[in-house]
Amino acid sequence: MSLFLRLLFRNRLAGFGAVVLGIIVVMALVTPLLPLHPPNVTNTANRFLRPLAEGHLLGTDHLGRDLLSRLLHGTRLSLAVGFAAALIAAVIGAAIGIVAGYAGGRTDNVTMRGVDMLMAFPYILLALAIVAALGPGLMNALIAVAVVNIPFFARNIRGVTVSISHREFVDAARLSGLGPLRIILTEVLPNVVPVIVIAMSTTVGWMILETAGLSFLGLGSQPPQADLGSMLGEARGALITAPHTSIVPGVMILLIVMSINLLGDGVRDALDPRLRSGALARPMAATLVDRKAPAPPARTEGLLTIDDLRTDFRLGRRTAHAVGGVTLAIRPGECLGLIGESGSGKSVTALSVMGLVASPPGVITGGAVRLAGEDLVGAPYGRLRDLRGNRVAYIFQDPLSTLHPLYRVGDQLAEAIRVHHAVSRAEAGERAIKLLVDVQIPNPRARIGAYPHQLSGGMRQRVGIAMALSNDPDVLIADEPTTALDVTVQAQILKLLDDLRRDRGLAILFITHDFGVVAQLCDRVAVMYAGRIVEEGPTQEVLDAPAHPYTARLIACVPELGTGRRRLEAISGLPPNVDDLPPGCAFAPRCDKAQPECRQGEIPLEGGVRRVRCLYPETHLPETELEAAP
Amino acid sequence: MGGYILKRLVSAIPVLLGITVIVFLIMALIPGDPATAILGSYATPENVDRLNRHLGLDRPLWQQYFVWVGNLLQGDFGRSFALNRPVLDEILDRFGATLVLAGTAFMLCAIIGIVAGVVSAARQYRFADKAITAAVILGISVPSFFLGMMMILLFAVKLRWFPVSGMYSMFGGGDLADLIRHLAMPAIALSLVATGVVARLSRAAMLEVLRLDFVRTARAKGVPERRVIWGHALRAAMVSIIPVLGLQAGFVLSGAVYIEIVFQWPGIGRMLVDAILKRDILLVQGGVVFVAACYVGFNIVVDVVQAWLDPRIKT
Repeated sequence: MSLFLRLLFRNRLAGFGAVVLGIIVVMALVTPLLPLHPPNVTNTANRFLRPLAEGHLLGTDHLGRDLLSRLLHGTRLSLAVGFAAALIAAVIGAAIGIVAGYAGGRTDNVTMRGVDMLMAFPYILLALAIVAALGPGLMNALIAVAVVNIPFFARNIRGVTVSISHREFVDAARLSGLGPLRIILTEVLPNVVPVIVIAMSTTVGWMILETAGLSFLGLGSQPPQADLGSMLGEARGALITAPHTSIVPGVMILLIVMSINLLGDGVRDALDPRLRSGALARPMAATLVDRKAPAPPARTEGLLTIDDLRTDFRLGRRTAHAVGGVTLAIRPGECLGLIGESGSGKSVTALSVMGLVASPPGVITGGAVRLAGEDLVGAPYGRLRDLRGNRVAYIFQDPLSTLHPLYRVGDQLAEAIRVHHAVSRAEAGERAIKLLVDVQIPNPRARIGAYPHQLSGGMRQRVGIAMALSNDPDVLIADEPTTALDVTVQAQILKLLDDLRRDRGLAILFITHDFGVVAQLCDRVAVMYAGRIVEEGPTQEVLDAPAHPYTARLIACVPELGTGRRRLEAISGLPPNVDDLPPGCAFAPRCDKAQPECRQGEIPLEGGVRRVRCLYPETHLPETELEAAP
Repeated sequence: MGGYILKRLVSAIPVLLGITVIVFLIMALIPGDPATAILGSYATPENVDRLNRHLGLDRPLWQQYFVWVGNLLQGDFGRSFALNRPVLDEILDRFGATLVLAGTAFMLCAIIGIVAGVVSAARQYRFADKAITAAVILGISVPSFFLGMMMILLFAVKLRWFPVSGMYSMFGGGDLADLIRHLAMPAIALSLVATGVVARLSRAAMLEVLRLDFVRTARAKGVPERRVIWGHALRAAMVSIIPVLGLQAGFVLSGAVYIEIVFQWPGIGRMLVDAILKRDILLVQGGVVFVAACYVGFNIVVDVVQAWLDPRIKT
């Protein structure tokens, strides 16, 4: 509860709403005790006195009645009626919702059909019909507004009840022989109350407005009794000659409804944990760059070189170092595999290349990414956009979520071409068909009109690859492109990528968690753990004789067909939390061979063509190779 | 698509029947004897009996309902005793004015609301977002009838930009320009609340969509950010914005009642309020059923648009 209040008041607007509403409510409560003029005593000699007149702070109305007094009494009435309507609607609506949701089946069906019928009316029609039947009057207006809002509560509460009544603790209560009424009161109701509170806090403002509206139309409170709505309605006749008589009650309605709305928003935000964490921040067009040091010099040669790249996730007070200084290089026509468990930072490394890490929370804090010598970290957005999809293209993991669900695949391909080349729509369409031929999609002329959900997973990924190829890029970054596919399709896609690489001289950065895939496709492999490279070298050599214990364990995880001798081994323990890495080797806590030295100080990535970050490697790398370091 | 439209039309039939049942039952709540209410308390018992028999009020409730619905289906909404003319004629005369007002307000709220919501999401936490959020809070809190009165005071009385009220000028008006001058203020006043709601939900829908993978794909393709926002993201967000628009149509229709009173717009909302105050029950009954049926029809249109926008909906 105290957390809730703290969250509520951290939201300054909600705090403001609470204060304003508090003042209004207190004033309404103490109104009878204040030394005011009686609200209904007319004095036609003093009609339409302006505000600040002698003895009448806010002036008088068309019958010479004191406006301040009428305002406070009217506020009292409006608040009382609005809250009463909200309470009635909430209680009846919640009762209907809980019964329907808990009973389920036919009861639920019939009840909710009825509720739907009520919702088929524009709300005021229903209210007008009820007032027409019962006759004008404040009580009848209250009933009308309450009834109109019952369906809203019933629907919301029913939804929550349905999900609660299938939870374990309700089943347990049922099995222990409690009756439905007991279960509803002791198990369901307490869990539904927060939802009722949220629904009330978001609708009570509306209900005050609606009752005021009915009074404004002359269908609510009847003279001489006046709520804010009927005050406004009576003042309308003198709108032009004495506007203050309209402005005074109108502003009061505005203040009440606004403060309730602000407070309601605050209550909802404080009770809804998803909004609380700020998870709904919008990722920007390019990852933020906050590079403290100047770009490091290029240490390696290649078409695409990454030097000491660092990418953080800034989550409130926590900072996770997702990529903690990665250095890689890819030459034209080469395929480099980047392998690691989920959370090792391999995808973040790949996305950092073109500034595609979601930001917030991602921030590139150091290092350089060079394409043919040009540093792209901190490059202007326009430059990044020019290169994206043009010289550096991406293929992502799950083509169902990465293709736009509502665009035809042909249009998505044509768009990829047209954002970089000034070609006509028709020509882009023709090229799209050629691309589909290139990725071996049968019947491409028919397929370009399909939506992604109409294609199989393998077909979708072929479309994803075709899209990546649409501008003949130099570098292809494939982020687990086969993980979501079944094994036979996976093999076809890998074959396709391999052919394309050989035909077009593409440089590929291939991200995966599967050594089997690396073995099929990659010339070299880099192994990533906790945001850093722990081993790197030609694929076959690393597979034959892994140097880092982590690499060795990863390879041991791959089943070998045909032999069936080796025991598959899982790696015990979990990958470390990159918020707060211990000094020394990040793998030490899971490593059998760890020594005390492993937990102290920085361990460098050493070697030449083959490099390893380990004090006690499984295989000693030959000295000659060390000297041949580039 | 044709099949889907047909299916939606058929599914509207029980809803329409439900509406007539609800309206009929509410009207059956009227305390006392309707004939006495119509004829006044000085009517002779014979006259009351005759009127009751004439109106079919001496029969059981369910028979009355079927007679009433049967008449409705034949276009017979009964006769307004206060206006002494057929209810349907009066409704049809008034409906055009309401349609113009509510339709304009609806277009305004849809266009301005969506644009404001998208801008707000695209510029999250920047000045534009804060300004729009503040305007939205103010917009959804101000009673439309009060706003209308203040607009009259400022724009009609003080600045004299627009006429105070009515739909056409008394003399020498009647063309489109005249209509637009009269329409501007009530349409804006009517659209404000709905605009705020649409803007707020569009912002939320956009923020939801902008985090999805296909937006990252669009960026990875090199699609300019403007197109990412207004094309890819908005297109996907529309799927959740459209149903909100359907709901807002109901709010706009409801708000029209107040606005028609404030601006003396000769629409159906004003007719209903007058009819209630004069206890002209048949006119209320007919008007409510008619407008509710129009609203149901509009929601079918919304569903069809939704199905057309989202190919994943099974049509």
